[in-house]
Amino acid sequence: MSKEHIDVRYVAALARLDISDEECETFQGQLETIIGYIEKLKDVDVEGIEAITHPSVVFDRLREDAARTGLGQAELLQNAPDSAKGQIRVPKVVDAS
Amino acid sequence: MSLASQSISQLRSQLISGDIAPSDILDSLAKAIDSNNNDIGAYLSHDLETAKSEANSADLTKPLGGIPIAIKDNINVLGQPCSCASKFLDGAYTAPYDATVITRLRAAGAIPFGRTNMDEFAMGSTTENSALGKTTNPHDTTRTPGGSSGGSAAAVAARSAIAALGSDTGGSIRQPASHCGVVGLKPSYGRVSRYGLVAFASSLDQIGPLTQNVEDAALMLNAISGYDPSDATSLQQDVPDFTERLDCGVSGMKLGLPTEFFGEGIDPAVRKSIDAAIAKLEAAGAELVEISLPHTEYAVATYYIIAPAEASSNLSRFDGVRYGNRVDQPEDVLDLYHRSRAAGFGPEVKRRIILGTYALSSGYYDAYYNRAQKVRTLIRQDFLNAYQQVDAILSPVTPTAATLLGSDKDNPLQQYLADIYTISANLAGICGISIPCQPITSDTGTSLPVGLQVLGPHMGEQTLLQIANVAEQA
Repeated sequence: MSKEHIDVRYVAALARLDISDEECETFQGQLETIIGYIEKLKDVDVEGIEAITHPSVVFDRLREDAARTGLGQAELLQNAPDSAKGQIRVPKVVDAS
Repeated sequence: MSLASQSISQLRSQLISGDIAPSDILDSLAKAIDSNNNDIGAYLSHDLETAKSEANSADLTKPLGGIPIAIKDNINVLGQPCSCASKFLDGAYTAPYDATVITRLRAAGAIPFGRTNMDEFAMGSTTENSALGKTTNPHDTTRTPGGSSGGSAAAVAARSAIAALGSDTGGSIRQPASHCGVVGLKPSYGRVSRYGLVAFASSLDQIGPLTQNVEDAALMLNAISGYDPSDATSLQQDVPDFTERLDCGVSGMKLGLPTEFFGEGIDPAVRKSIDAAIAKLEAAGAELVEISLPHTEYAVATYYIIAPAEASSNLSRFDGVRYGNRVDQPEDVLDLYHRSRAAGFGPEVKRRIILGTYALSSGYYDAYYNRAQKVRTLIRQDFLNAYQQVDAILSPVTPTAATLLGSDKDNPLQQYLADIYTISANLAGICGISIPCQPITSDTGTSLPVGLQVLGPHMGEQTLLQIANVAEQA
């Protein structure tokens, strides 16, 4: 068997995603198959070909720097799982040490 | 015939004459949903009362005046849930604004009514990745409706929606339309604003209509198209009247048949149905031209790098902080992210986030993502070359008709490979439509729809609809 392409647990951690041992094992097999298939892109000669980020012909369009009305505080907070004093509350992020 | 089973233009003439009121249509739809939603499961929810109060003030002089439209669950409608069929957002998100397509539908007099089921965050092609409910194919309830806009396609097919909105990142409008026997249109990239659509893969996503017929698709496209300053990728181009050239025929048109789309892997019965549809277009005066799209065999691989890469970035916003479900008692903020995402996302979403994160990670970026973007350029170039020779391209939408529920559950690559005919259009940014053609008979004797795909050049929707209208009537 060839060397494995992906360290699923490590990559999941990069994506801030906990996975169970069972998921890790299932994903490992499935993703190896998928990445093995994707390897076929290495057969394409891309020398001198420009990479495109999206298929549109328009890039870097700027709008006028003018104030406009957006959503208000109440609308923005209505879906927050935890809020207080007009702000979203999260666990403490500053390290005490 | 119940009001729910009629097309937009049929209903519009009765609304204008005063024979019916918008609330009559809503009542008919609610009845249809009550009677079939247990079996079909096209809708996640609907709010008849709100729709009725909106119907009372609907401007019937507008092009879609008084017409209820079903909305895929990834498009924001003010005051309604928008869960993307995910546990992450279920019961924990109410849209604080209207997506631009909704604002435009309302301006055209339409009434958003009902949230349709989908694969979670639009990732999938069977609607089986919904975390919130099962949707079946109205033509054979042992089969999937396709996906990811499976609820929208099934609702229109089961005549529990007049028309619906879906989104198409790699075929998610055209493929379920094909499997459910309805019309599904993916507009060109930049034609329709995506402001208010929950982003999956931003360089590929487009919103479009699923309808009972081609004329309705044109009417819907008229309403939702156009530049929107809130979506930097929407294009500043005039919107023509898409119904204008519906009856102009295909005489003298050149229609391309890509060799690569008619090779191995197509179910012979599907092939026969597609061949018959193509022959009818030829009989109507079109010239058939064999063409080549040489990079087709790399489309699936290219797509399954670019789409997951963009998804891994877009879905980082679902962290349990600003919206959605948050786990109880997080130890710290990292624990909050990790566990909220683990609890909220289903397996396909996790798989794609991991795949996309991998493709973008240090040491792999050039080998995968950057290379895929270059191959994308070649795929797009193939289409630009083809449209030098032909007005549009014809192909099947999928290699087979709708699959049995549960059939490819543990083999994601197998499912991905079935996207071969649809994903190139998203990579190239062009427009495409699925039109029902001759159905085929399944092993169990049920009649299964097949869709003919017409692919038009970027911003070529008028030509696309013109051809589709002939294919539909043939």
